[in-house]
Amino acid sequence: MTFSRRSFLAGSSALALSSAPIIGRAQGSDKIIFASILDLSGGLDIYGAPMAETTKMAIDDINAAGGLLGREVELKLYDAQSTIQFYTQYATQAAAGDRAHTVHAGITSASREAIRPTLARFKTLYFYNTQYEGGVCDFNTFCTGSTPAQTVAKVVPYAMNKWGKKVYIVAADYNYGQITAQWMQRFVKENGGETLDVEFFPLDVTNFGPTINKIQTAKPDFVISALVGGAHVSFYRQYAAAGMNKEIPIASTTFGVGNEQTLISAEEGDGIIASYSYFEGADNPTNTEFLSRLEARLGAGRPVMNELAVRSYEGAMLWAEAVKLAGTPDRDPVIEALRSGLTYNGPSGAVTVDAQTNHCNMNVYIGDLKDQKWNIVESYEAQPPADTQLVCDLVANPDQSTFLFENGLAAAGIE
Amino acid sequence: MDLVIAVLFQLIYVISNLALISLGLAIIFGMMRVINLAHGEFLMLGGYTVVVATNAGINIWVSMLILAPLVVGIIGVIVERLLIRWLYGRMVDTLLATWGLSLLLVGIVTSIFGASTGTTVSPPLGVVRIGDYSASGYELFLILITIVLLFSVWLTLRFTKLGLLARGTMQNAEMASSLGVSTSRIYMITFGLGAAVSGLAGGLLAPMTGVLPTIGATYIAKAFITVISGGSAILAGTTAGSVLLGGINGIFSFIAGSTFGEIALLLAAIVLLRLMPRGITGRFFRKSL
Repeated sequence: MTFSRRSFLAGSSALALSSAPIIGRAQGSDKIIFASILDLSGGLDIYGAPMAETTKMAIDDINAAGGLLGREVELKLYDAQSTIQFYTQYATQAAAGDRAHTVHAGITSASREAIRPTLARFKTLYFYNTQYEGGVCDFNTFCTGSTPAQTVAKVVPYAMNKWGKKVYIVAADYNYGQITAQWMQRFVKENGGETLDVEFFPLDVTNFGPTINKIQTAKPDFVISALVGGAHVSFYRQYAAAGMNKEIPIASTTFGVGNEQTLISAEEGDGIIASYSYFEGADNPTNTEFLSRLEARLGAGRPVMNELAVRSYEGAMLWAEAVKLAGTPDRDPVIEALRSGLTYNGPSGAVTVDAQTNHCNMNVYIGDLKDQKWNIVESYEAQPPADTQLVCDLVANPDQSTFLFENGLAAAGIE
Repeated sequence: MDLVIAVLFQLIYVISNLALISLGLAIIFGMMRVINLAHGEFLMLGGYTVVVATNAGINIWVSMLILAPLVVGIIGVIVERLLIRWLYGRMVDTLLATWGLSLLLVGIVTSIFGASTGTTVSPPLGVVRIGDYSASGYELFLILITIVLLFSVWLTLRFTKLGLLARGTMQNAEMASSLGVSTSRIYMITFGLGAAVSGLAGGLLAPMTGVLPTIGATYIAKAFITVISGGSAILAGTTAGSVLLGGINGIFSFIAGSTFGEIALLLAAIVLLRLMPRGITGRFFRKSL
């Protein structure tokens, strides 16, 4: 990211000047506090850095439009440094110290589970704006990211129609990968296919040779991957180096959210398909306008937008709509406003809160990678979080704060 | 039959991979007794040298085989002059100092290149076919170059004057010094060579694994385990350690998956060090280099 201290000072002082009248009207302590905790350094910053940029943009947009209820919104942004312990610490700081009206935080499922109980205890409204494995059933928590029933359920049949019925699964060895692999197996079976093998990899594995041999032995029609993090990008390289990308194609549920497509060469990545609730090619005027404003803000070297970054923006905006509707930033009326089926029309299309699960209905797209860019080949409107809906009903029983898929799908009563 | 050959090929690749990432550490830690926790970052710097050089239009072979060891070797010499030379004989202090160095290098590289780096260097060789199976030609090249590298380190230590002086200095610095050897210079050169070998390894691996500021962390533990399991003879030790641990890792990865492969490697190292606390070459091949 090209961002010199000089331009930062110039930019921020201009901002300070332009926002001076608002501060005057808001009279200091009257601000609405919006806290965000993300990994801006360490191994997970490939995900966190773009999310922080769009969060800042959302808060600036809200303030440029006169703030909320005539009050300025102040962003408190914390860097958790890819360390879980900082999440707990900053969540406490945001809730008890800053008295934040809402906290938008967490990237990995582990970080979410570290802070969710803290924020519930302090009765602080929590937004988790990341795609994840589904299963959070918590009245105080809004999960705006996509879940397997929205994305995996689309990409599996699409790939099976295109390439064939025999599937080989490779996934990261922690709760996201394990649970997502269970969803993949379920969707493969539902669509009349066969899972040949499932393999899990610790996050620091960089040599995928033995696996590539096993894939060649198993001869699947395609490979589906839920690999996570920087080290796992080597899988795609080594797969291409062995000439496999020409023979057995890859679908993925994770490739792209860290902008992995820009980390490997075009020949290595061409033909990979993935499914998310946002790609830059999403065809709507809001998206065009969003991308051009982002470019004006950050220059041509801006990060490529993906679901995590765009949903961070939309999550903040969804919260702002709820505050407007409720007429107060206090937690209970805002939750009520969100659960009334509130919709925000963002760059990804309409995002609507589902009161049964506190998740969102959203558009889902399938992208085909070509020359390091995703081309949208299929889109599905207003997809519900059907996985979490199977096990969670906050309308019937609002007094819940659990993560139902913690011990896998079977333990949650899903066959 | 094809499968056997393909698996065997992968096994040899895993072994040579381990030897490649460990050799630089074997020189710096095994020979000089400097616990270099920045070893992973030397590999990482080699990788970045290749990425930067190829992006600037330099031929990939030149970047990997010449620039990567050269740049990291020079960095090694600077580090030795500024940091390490004050700490010889103080192993715990070298541990702390190089840990700090490792954090510093990761920080510097992150602030220059950002947290994720586009590595558009692809392995520059085509595909090798083994019947129904295919493997990367570049992996074959890496196996060969590891053998060449081990052999040339052996030649240098065994037959050159520098090798003799280096071995003498590491065995007894005072005696070497009283015989007129500038031990300070020998230390500097040896450390620089160790860093250069690490840089070369990092550069060679960049097309296979990509580069990230934090990629060193994925190598450092394995490199230390290999060198410590190998024992005091750096070449025979590194080779024996790589064959044993890499073999076990490769076989278990193929049978039971990567997670068990890693577990088997660590378990084997623990059992080995319980039975042979001075490493493999503490008991066998004692007279070797």
